[in-house]
Amino acid sequence: MSAVIVFKNAGVGMAPAPETLAESPLSAQAEVSTEVSTEVTTVVSAVAEDAAVKESQTSTDAKSTASQPQGSGKRWWTNIGRRVYVMLGNLVPPLLGLCIMVGLWAFVALNNDSIPGPIATWEAATKLFADPFYSNGPNDQGIGWNVLSSLQRVGVGFGFAALVGIPMGFILGRFTFVNRMFEPVISLLRPVSPLAWLPIGLLVFKRADPAATWTIFICSIWPMILNTAQGVQRVPQDYLNVARVLGLSEDKIITRILFPAVLPYMLTGIRLSIGTAWLVIVAAEMLTGGVGIGFWVWDEWNNLKVEHILIAIFVIGIVGFLLEQFLLLLARRFSYESR
Amino acid sequence: MSSSDMSQTNLDHQTEVKSSTKPIVKVEQVGQTFKTRQGNFVALRDIALDIYPGEVVTLIGHSGCGKSTLLNLIAGLTLPTSGVLLCDNREIAGPGPERAVVFQNHSLLPWMTCFGNVMLAVERVFGRKERKSKLDARVHAALDMVHMAHAAEKYPHEISGGMKQRVGIARAFAMEPRILLMDEPFGALDALTRASLQDELNSVLAKTGATAVMVTHDVDEAVLLSDRIVMMTNGPAATIGEIVTVDLPRPRDRVELANDSRFAEYRATVFEFLYRKQLKKVA
Ligand SMILES: Nc1ncnc2c1ncn2[C@@H]1O[C@H](COP(=O)(O)OP(=O)(O)O)[C@@H](O)[C@H]1O
Ligand SMILES: [Mg+2]
Repeated sequence: MSAVIVFKNAGVGMAPAPETLAESPLSAQAEVSTEVSTEVTTVVSAVAEDAAVKESQTSTDAKSTASQPQGSGKRWWTNIGRRVYVMLGNLVPPLLGLCIMVGLWAFVALNNDSIPGPIATWEAATKLFADPFYSNGPNDQGIGWNVLSSLQRVGVGFGFAALVGIPMGFILGRFTFVNRMFEPVISLLRPVSPLAWLPIGLLVFKRADPAATWTIFICSIWPMILNTAQGVQRVPQDYLNVARVLGLSEDKIITRILFPAVLPYMLTGIRLSIGTAWLVIVAAEMLTGGVGIGFWVWDEWNNLKVEHILIAIFVIGIVGFLLEQFLLLLARRFSYESR
Repeated sequence: MSSSDMSQTNLDHQTEVKSSTKPIVKVEQVGQTFKTRQGNFVALRDIALDIYPGEVVTLIGHSGCGKSTLLNLIAGLTLPTSGVLLCDNREIAGPGPERAVVFQNHSLLPWMTCFGNVMLAVERVFGRKERKSKLDARVHAALDMVHMAHAAEKYPHEISGGMKQRVGIARAFAMEPRILLMDEPFGALDALTRASLQDELNSVLAKTGATAVMVTHDVDEAVLLSDRIVMMTNGPAATIGEIVTVDLPRPRDRVELANDSRFAEYRATVFEFLYRKQLKKVA
């Protein structure tokens, strides 16, 4: 990285002496065989390009670009080779980690009769996933239905939380008075396990299903409020100054400046919310029953089908992982900094 | 006023402007005190300055003397604690579209393209009166003026610092302001880019006959661009020390001026003020 800076300075500051820029790419290309020198070539030509874009009028830069586009085909190949190498390097450690986990599991299973090993579990899983969407009445449904109804509860509870939490966050972020008013309330309620709210939900809604959704609402709402509020507070003063000198109306300020600036924070809030919601739903369903992955785990425990419990653990983990990845992808798509 | 008659009778022109036309901006005995944790901090005192139509005025002074504070007062981003500022004989009570601002750090909104950034300003000023096609044309004309038409659909992070500053200037000009306020617009750029942007600004100002107030700490930039250079004393309680009227013909060519004795004299005057009379005591 330091090489970049050194060359960049030489390129810009010493522009009256074009030899410095014109020579270095050639001399570096003479020994293209070693890794280091290819790196230098790319750096120097990148700087030359950069300078040319900036100041295409000056003749010094015109000269420096003229000497640049040689041997780029070779560089292209080494780049691909390096990328494959890096990809393999990235893949090996996680795969190794998973292997160790399965190995440990097999070891424990060998020494403990009640826990099925990887192979037995795999066989049970193939049977289970042969027909994930069967339905024999409310208490006997395929694993696919169970996962989907859990996801539905998370979706509905989270949806309500977003509907309430995002506007709340905007208000808290924008008005210090309201913020300070709600601060003690939020500090008091946030550490409470959402499951503690389950009886209240049962009491109010009289049915298990909305009560489970209610716990999801409670656990999702805090990250939504807090992250949105933080995002609003951190909108750079520069952007607000732009809004002021342009004299934008309040609705334009919200839609064109506040909302896009807060969006990355909001997406972080959504990710945290859904993450916790997925943790909580399993526990809530164990308590409320019905259809859902948490209930299914409990049911299989009652049936003493331990391999199904292990499968459920994997399914819960994989679904949670996919949710997280999807939301990270979404966040990356909408974050203006990394774009 | 065209640039040609400025170059012919520049001295007469300056005095003539002052006697015949009314100032756009009047700064009358303005003071600015900030409340800080260590008590009150007097940043500016007794600032009196008239800015006339078509004039380019630069504010120069050591860092921290209150140049930005004064510019923000004219922009209406802050209000003075004493005295009054007038724009077209009306008190400045807040920002207004007749006073466009170019920020030092360009302040383009990163989630909009260059076109979108300029459009935001154009919409605000002309959106009620004009059709969409006319607004589009305005945006394109503004980008074209600073030679950024090719980057209309690019996002700010996709273009260089100098280009961003160009778009910032386009955004300000697109509002057709009465007066253009710039706070060290080229401060963050390298020397070559800065020079080409200075030349561009000079030609755009000449083309539009715009009035401009610009903060700078670069003496050459001040002499090259200004009709008057306002030199500020050191803070705290900074005020205007001296004002130099720059009677150099326009259009100004930096290469020719480099050998011009008058250019050297103006430069020397400003240097004298900054480094003899107002030498900053470095702790
Ligand atoms: N909002 C503020 N609160 C307190 N002090 C300020 C504030 N804005 C500027 N100052 C002080 O006023 C002085 C002038 O600042 P500024 O106008 O930014 O200087 P510069 O000439 O470098 O642009 C500085 O000493 C600065 O610390
Ligand atoms: Mg400043």
